[in-house]
Amino acid sequence: MLHIKCPHCGMRSQNEFSYGGDATVKRPELNKEISDQDWDNFVYYRKSLRGKHKELWQHISGCRQWIKVERDTATHEIFKTVKAHEDI
Amino acid sequence: MQKYSIFNLIKNAFSGHQKWDLAWKDATPKKEYDVVIIGGGGHGLATAYYLAKEHNITNVAIIEKGWLGGGNMGRNTTIIRSNYMHDDNALFSEFGMDLWRKMSQDLNYNVMFSPRGIINLAHSDAQMNIFARRGNSMRLNGIDAVLLNREEVKEIIPMADFSDNVRFPIFGGLMQPSAGTARHDAVAWGYARQADSMGVDIIQNCEVTGFDVVGGKIQGVRTSRGDIKVKKIGLCVAGSTNILAEKLNMTIPVETHLLQACVTEPVKPVLDSVVTFGAGHFYISQSDKGEMVMGGDLDGYNSYAQRGNLPTLQHVLTEGIAMMPFLSKLKMLRTWGGIMDMSMDGSPIIDKTHIEGLYLNCGWCYGGFKATPASGWTFAHTIAQDRVHKLNEGYSLSRFNTGHLLDEKGLGTKTWIS
Repeated sequence: MLHIKCPHCGMRSQNEFSYGGDATVKRPELNKEISDQDWDNFVYYRKSLRGKHKELWQHISGCRQWIKVERDTATHEIFKTVKAHEDI
Repeated sequence: MQKYSIFNLIKNAFSGHQKWDLAWKDATPKKEYDVVIIGGGGHGLATAYYLAKEHNITNVAIIEKGWLGGGNMGRNTTIIRSNYMHDDNALFSEFGMDLWRKMSQDLNYNVMFSPRGIINLAHSDAQMNIFARRGNSMRLNGIDAVLLNREEVKEIIPMADFSDNVRFPIFGGLMQPSAGTARHDAVAWGYARQADSMGVDIIQNCEVTGFDVVGGKIQGVRTSRGDIKVKKIGLCVAGSTNILAEKLNMTIPVETHLLQACVTEPVKPVLDSVVTFGAGHFYISQSDKGEMVMGGDLDGYNSYAQRGNLPTLQHVLTEGIAMMPFLSKLKMLRTWGGIMDMSMDGSPIIDKTHIEGLYLNCGWCYGGFKATPASGWTFAHTIAQDRVHKLNEGYSLSRFNTGHLLDEKGLGTKTWIS
């Protein structure tokens, strides 16, 4: 089982969290001319790295806040967790 | 190649079975090939076999980082079916069902194909309606489908929970009687043996380290056992697709996730069909050895670990026990995990790419094993003819740009939505 340190609540078990995917994906800016390809990249295309991966999790059975986690996708080691608006 | 038959079996019995030929040779890579298939799993082996058999292309190498059939080919739950609603999926899978039925004869290798039927359970009137619709679509495409009511389901699986006091009562189910299971390793070995006999080199313990792409064309592949000159490369690496795509500077609409499966201790025959739980994601069948083979949801986050976490297993088995309470009395024998190439719409990709001579076969999600023969057949066609076959037209890479998604069940990477 993963143990994730919520920056708001401290160390909690994986059961309390819900996964939110790649945290490096940026929604294209509103009110700006963007190509179809930009949208496709945002919606469908992912690097899905092996190794260090920045990702979003939601502490759904806790404080309900979104957080950012840097985790190794091969070993599941968690290096760092920060609040959603902070940079890893 | 030595034929496997009752006569050869008797003949070899006299020499204590010491004089059988090797099923395939351990090849060393040559300097140049017509086609290189990366990935020595079921799909890669089948592709090489059909390249040789259907298209007479025999100067082919299969490059495998680990050992033959050691990825998802050795980690699946062996279910074979074509119970799809959308035409693209249904026709492709039913073409595969035909290949499954002939496979043991075709490969001269007993793959133990057992068409024991699959039942998808329904737990509400609405679900029965959806199943009736899917069943009708299947029949229009020439696939056998039977809508069962509660009593008919009870006759087939009396050990399921039919009591009144359950959270998800069984209303009925959709059955595909021609679906079933097969011996997964035998499929890999059968394809490998035949491909080898037609001249295909199977190269194990050989990792791809890079590609030679000049002017948008494939020129070769670099491996841990030397460089190989080749004009056509087929990528069949399932959960490792993203790793190789990165070496090609490509981003693809696939994420790598972990899926677990498990078996119980062997018990006497109790379940003679494949059954899926309709109120969650759980499937079960009984192997010929008597083990109950079970699987369910993804672990739910990107993973290359090839081993799973207990919370997901507990969640999956809770569904199993809700459906068939007797499972709680059995001991678990083994659990394992495989890394899945989860495409964004839950359907696979068999297509050409923007790089000339590079062909992509990935995105199989939960359904890679059953697709082995059809995937190999259509991928071989795509590589040999340099154009997709009608059967895999719908599995294009460009559908994520054009909007022609094949969202059969919505089972892509985002399991928390489904």
